[in-house]
Amino acid sequence: MKFKIRYFASLRETIGLSQEEVESTASTVGQVRDELLARGGVYLCLQRDRSVRMALNQVMVNEDAMLMDQSELAFFPPVTGG
Amino acid sequence: MVSHRVVIQSEDFNVADVLAKLRAGDLRVGAVCTFIGTVRDTQLLSGKDADRVVSMALEHYPGMTEASIEAMIDQAHERFDFYQAHVIHRVGVLKPADQIVMVAVTSAHRGESFKACEFLMDYLKTQAPFWKKEASPSGEKWVDARVSDDLALARWGIEANNVVK
Repeated sequence: MKFKIRYFASLRETIGLSQEEVESTASTVGQVRDELLARGGVYLCLQRDRSVRMALNQVMVNEDAMLMDQSELAFFPPVTGG
Repeated sequence: MVSHRVVIQSEDFNVADVLAKLRAGDLRVGAVCTFIGTVRDTQLLSGKDADRVVSMALEHYPGMTEASIEAMIDQAHERFDFYQAHVIHRVGVLKPADQIVMVAVTSAHRGESFKACEFLMDYLKTQAPFWKKEASPSGEKWVDARVSDDLALARWGIEANNVVK
C-alpha cells in the first residue's frame, strides 16, 4: 500500500520534511511508526518515550488504527493552540 | 446569523462585528458568551528575561483543524442547549497582546452558553491541531502542552491524551 505521511511542528523540524510518500506492507499506524523508527537518525524523535500524537485521514487515532491504500497519516507533538 | 462555524485566518478579527453577525436577526437569543485568548509576554509572569516573548508563530494542520473544531461544536450541541457557536483561530506570526482565538456561543439563557463556551475551549486546547512557537531574545522554542489542559477536558468526562505518552 502507498501512504502519505505528514509531520508537523517540532517533528517536522527534526525530521526535516513536512511530508513524504511511503510504500509499505504495514497495516496499522503503529507498524508504520515501527518502520520509521527502524530508519534511526532523525526519525528517533518518534520514539515511544516521547509524546507523539497521530492522525489518520485527519482524525486523531491510536497505534491500532488500520491503514488503507492512499491513507494520510500524520505525526505531531501534543497540540498547543487556543 | 453566520453561515460558517469555524474560521482559521492570519488576519485579526473585530469581536463586536463577529458578535453582531452571530446574533443578527435571531430574537431567540438572550445570552452571548465569548472567550478571547491573547498572546501574553511570559516574562511578566516569571520575571526572567529569557521568557520575554517577542513574537509567537502558530502552525496548524489545514483541513484537520477545521474538521476537528466542527466535530467539537457538534459534540457541544449534544451536551448543551445553545443556538450557535462560532470559532475563529488565527495562525501565522503574532505579537504580545494580539488576539489568538475567539469562541462565541449564543443561547436563550446564560448557563448553557457559558458551559458550551468553556467546553469548546477545553476541547480545542487539547484536540485541535495547532502548535505555538515562541520567539524570545535567546531564540525560538516550541510551547509545551500542559497537563492542566488535559485535566480541564477530563472534567467533562473526556480523556484528552494530549500530554500523556
